[in-house]
Amino acid sequence: MGGGAGVRFSPVTETYCDHCGAVLTDGDHRRCRAAREMEPPRYCPECRRRLVVQVTPTGWTAGCARHGTRTAG
Amino acid sequence: MNDNHEASATPTTGEYPPGQAPDAQAGILAVARAQVLGRGEGLGEHQVHECLTLPDDRVEDLLALAHEVRMRWCGPEVEVEGIVSVKTGGCPEDCHFCSQSGRFESPVRAAWLDVPSLVRAAKETAATGATEFCIVAAVRGPDDRLMAQVRDGVKAIQDEVDINIACSLGMLTQEQVDDLAAMGVHRYNHNLETPKSHFQNVVTTHTWEERWETCEMVRAAGMELCCGGIVGMGETIAQRAEFAAQLGELAPDEVPLNFLNPRPGTPFAGYPMVEGVEALKTIAAFRLALPRTILRYAGGRELTLGDLGTKSGMLGGINAIIVGNYLTTLGRSADRDLEMLGELKMPIKALSQTL
Repeated sequence: MGGGAGVRFSPVTETYCDHCGAVLTDGDHRRCRAAREMEPPRYCPECRRRLVVQVTPTGWTAGCARHGTRTAG
Repeated sequence: MNDNHEASATPTTGEYPPGQAPDAQAGILAVARAQVLGRGEGLGEHQVHECLTLPDDRVEDLLALAHEVRMRWCGPEVEVEGIVSVKTGGCPEDCHFCSQSGRFESPVRAAWLDVPSLVRAAKETAATGATEFCIVAAVRGPDDRLMAQVRDGVKAIQDEVDINIACSLGMLTQEQVDDLAAMGVHRYNHNLETPKSHFQNVVTTHTWEERWETCEMVRAAGMELCCGGIVGMGETIAQRAEFAAQLGELAPDEVPLNFLNPRPGTPFAGYPMVEGVEALKTIAAFRLALPRTILRYAGGRELTLGDLGTKSGMLGGINAIIVGNYLTTLGRSADRDLEMLGELKMPIKALSQTL
């Protein structure tokens, strides 16, 4: 499953890379985007908190204590 | 570990030191054809090493022989399995490949899966046609809380889903082994991970022998044993052959074959991926060492082999796959794998064939 396929969450201001946690405007995140094809997000794109992630056979959920839960699958 | 296993380091009947075989490189395929395909006797350590060091232009021949062996001794069916993590992250052990160790700066945080979600995951797995569902926890061994969660989860799945249940909960006590068997857990996974001679470079918080002991207890209790490992953790080719021989000695019902997917924050984060051709040689050589085992594609195959390589492995000794996602990473969609099996005309093993 692709990392972004079927993601359900409200539009947010994505400040941080959800793969490496760095500021999106700092550096090149093409490798992060490629990695995300085969991985769930690990950092909240709004506050860069580490997400509590549960992977299931057909999807994942990723929860941020402040910004809620994103799901895919 | 028992004395018999210690004795396995010395060559057994049918083995010979590298380079001393007649017509060494081409000869190993002829020897394997007679020994493994003809008589069903797995290759020994030195013979596996010869397969792993065949020149790349012999890989097709190696894969073709491994496929013949699989078809003859296992049949055309493919066993399909789904897995889910019931307890993620925060593990006290230091397995250097694992993003779930609490000892490394990994982005993976601790999480628990509740019983309704566990049942949902089992249903998702069964819907693919899979006959196996494995409940996995990142722990040294289960504590009372985890055993209670597993007991409730197994019962709930048995009540609602027609699927075999496997568990992978780390090292077990005899009491825990007996509890899991009594719950009706069909198969238990506990990987040796890597050859004995390399283990201390991969894990320092427990020993290879401790893992072996859990495997022996599982089998003695009547559960099927699933035991494999990860290729690409800095082991030499000779050590890869050693690992195949050690698995041959243990003779598990199933061997899951993972290829290292280097995880950020772990000591192995900078390791290179295994080259595709090397991965295919490994698959075929392990099949020739383990002619009757269920040899399963597990983690890392998507990245190491890609679509074409994955198909080559299915035609080179593999007869089982994990479909869907893994524990902390994602896999191909189950639909793509099922489509591939259809193209290859490989039937999915039915539940009635596994009981």
